[in-house]
Amino acid sequence: MPPGLSATGVTHRYGSVTALDDVSVTIPAGTLLALVGESGSGKTSLLRCFNRMVEPAVGVIHVDGTDVRAIDAVSLRRRTGYVPQAGGLLPHWTIARNVALVPRLTGGVDADAAATAALERCGLPASRFGARFPHELSGGQRQRAALARALAASQEVLLLDESFSALDAISRHELLDVFLTLRREVAFTAVLVTHDLGEAAQLADTIAVMRAGRIEQHGTLAALRDAPATPYVAALLHRAQAAAQVLSSS
Amino acid sequence: MLLPVTIAAPIVTSAGAQASSDTSHLRRAIVVASKPFGESYLLAEMFAQLLERAGRRVERKPGLGATEVAFRALRSGAIDVYPEYVGTGLVAILGDTVTAAMRSDPRIAFAQVATDSRTRFGVHWLPPLGFQNGYAIAVRRAVATQYHLRTLSDLAASPARLVAGFTSDFIGRNDGWPGLRDAYGLRLRDVRPLAPAVKYEAIARRAVDIIDGYATDGLLAKYDLVTLEDDRHFFPPYEAAALASAHLMRDDPGAIAALTALSGRLTETRMREWNHAIEVDGRAVPDVARAALAAAGLAADGDTSATTRLGTTPREGFWPFFVARRAETLRLAGEHMRLVLIALCLAILVAVPLALAVVSQPRTAEAVLQALGVVQTIPGLALLAFMIPFLGIGTLPAIVALWGYALLPIARSTIAGLRIADPDALAAVDAMGATPRQALLWVRLPLAAPIVLSGIRTAAVLTVGTATLAAFIGGGGLGEPIVTGLGLADMRLVLSGAIPAAVLAIAVDALLALVERAVVPRHLRAR
Repeated sequence: MPPGLSATGVTHRYGSVTALDDVSVTIPAGTLLALVGESGSGKTSLLRCFNRMVEPAVGVIHVDGTDVRAIDAVSLRRRTGYVPQAGGLLPHWTIARNVALVPRLTGGVDADAAATAALERCGLPASRFGARFPHELSGGQRQRAALARALAASQEVLLLDESFSALDAISRHELLDVFLTLRREVAFTAVLVTHDLGEAAQLADTIAVMRAGRIEQHGTLAALRDAPATPYVAALLHRAQAAAQVLSSS
Repeated sequence: MLLPVTIAAPIVTSAGAQASSDTSHLRRAIVVASKPFGESYLLAEMFAQLLERAGRRVERKPGLGATEVAFRALRSGAIDVYPEYVGTGLVAILGDTVTAAMRSDPRIAFAQVATDSRTRFGVHWLPPLGFQNGYAIAVRRAVATQYHLRTLSDLAASPARLVAGFTSDFIGRNDGWPGLRDAYGLRLRDVRPLAPAVKYEAIARRAVDIIDGYATDGLLAKYDLVTLEDDRHFFPPYEAAALASAHLMRDDPGAIAALTALSGRLTETRMREWNHAIEVDGRAVPDVARAALAAAGLAADGDTSATTRLGTTPREGFWPFFVARRAETLRLAGEHMRLVLIALCLAILVAVPLALAVVSQPRTAEAVLQALGVVQTIPGLALLAFMIPFLGIGTLPAIVALWGYALLPIARSTIAGLRIADPDALAAVDAMGATPRQALLWVRLPLAAPIVLSGIRTAAVLTVGTATLAAFIGGGGLGEPIVTGLGLADMRLVLSGAIPAAVLAIAVDALLALVERAVVPRHLRAR
């Protein structure tokens, strides 16, 4: 059973800029929360609280009921998968070595076997891709490798920071399919940061709309659609729907 | 540790004019030095031979950078004796004003310089050698005829159309150009700084009209130059004498006695001949020194060669000369590379960790780079001169100076390399739980490696070039023939140091290019 996550009364400032303003949210075990909002709304800051990349000045972050400040940052991060927008693969390491990073850091299990299994699950057979370097892969393949790396040590929490945003439509679609399959096969709790409400609708169990460091509304897509809590949420949904209609009618 | 240790020398008894040679191995070698010009080499070699005949072990450190370097080395005890001139001592070293009495009576000048040097610096002037070698302002004979120049006053009265090429030493010192100009009211069209080695060539080729020479230069005659008389007695007396360190004076009266044997035995005419033999005929300094000692009535017992006159075999060309010197060149190249490698390795060991320590604090990093940049701007010779009181002369200060110069390119490239290392990759390993040490070893350093290495490569080439300066403080290497060649106006010697140094620089660069290719990560090479 993967852990549940929660943030309670979290406030964080960068100098005079308030990135997070009294944010509280709960992510039940095994669910995926999408953080949606424009740049600077605080989504990434909130995401990074869950592996202590950001240490909020006020408020508490819990992972599996434990205050993260009581968990060593390095060991917390080794248990938490992370997929940044550009993948963040090490350019001088092969794909196999990249994916084996965390298993190697934690020791214990056979790192190479873990990497091979993770690559297979993400649709990149190690026999074909393991010995290649990141620049020898397409953008979509690189993100798959990054996803494999984030799960290779059986991490039960996954932090996805615009992981699917920077791809062309087709690669992105394939990657989303891979991800949906993974969610059925592997149990993890996840936080996804995205600009794209459509992507959130497709992947998330609940959606939190953020603006200026606050959560405007948190709920299922249906709940947001039926009863938008603020004009901003309403406008966001309206725009997304309009875009979808243009696509389907043309 | 750094300064030569004065080993408790076996007490030389009061009889000690001749220390018995069987105890000489217990005594440390007497270090005889010179400044980098022909006559200084010759006099130093004569001192050395006299000391060896008196049973002393001698270490020769010829061609120390300049007055400042040689004098600091003597004060600090890094050398024991070198030839110096009274006028230089008065003006350049002591900064004394030269009185009219000193100008008219060399004995008064000598008494003054001897007393002041002893009380202020603890060094000792031995009685003068017997000749003066003052500055000689020289013009081409045609110029002298055209403008009716016989004295410096004539020059002052002539129209300001002439161009001077003076050594930077002369341009800078108060007993040189500034004082001379004011004393006579001289007006020239231009004054250009020239290296001692090229000034005669420059005047012969009419690039300049006036140069500063020394009265006993052998080259004055070769190029048919006219020396203008110092009719107002601006220049102080430049009697040559041995300048000895405090502890040589205290610990070895026998050596002092051996050196003093030369006092009053040399004349200007003879010195001009010997200098000519070295500077124009290209005779070997030790041979000329032996002949000069014999002519001064100080022939070694049973030394037949000393009485034979120096032959007049013409100078051989560069290639035969170069080929004949190849073993020596190889030895010097080895010495050179040793200096470079030690300095470079130490620089890497300091600069890379330093860069790592400051890279995350941009302000500190900038301050560190600026500080290292300041080191870079100190002229090599000045840096070496500063260090003499602390490190003496020889290999150690040379390595320290080279190390100082190599720090900046390595630190700068390391900082630059670490900064450009793929920020996404860095953020990812950090977020995945790599420790800072793992992030450093696995990501930051490998990604920075190509740039760090290019900085090391720059530093290496720079160091190979700069290491030629080591010779100015007796540090050896390929600078040795360059310094000596410049001092003796012998281009063959200069080239026999400069060409191998250039070849070494190119070779080092090529070698490091190969290393660079080997360490550049495959993802960068594949593109």
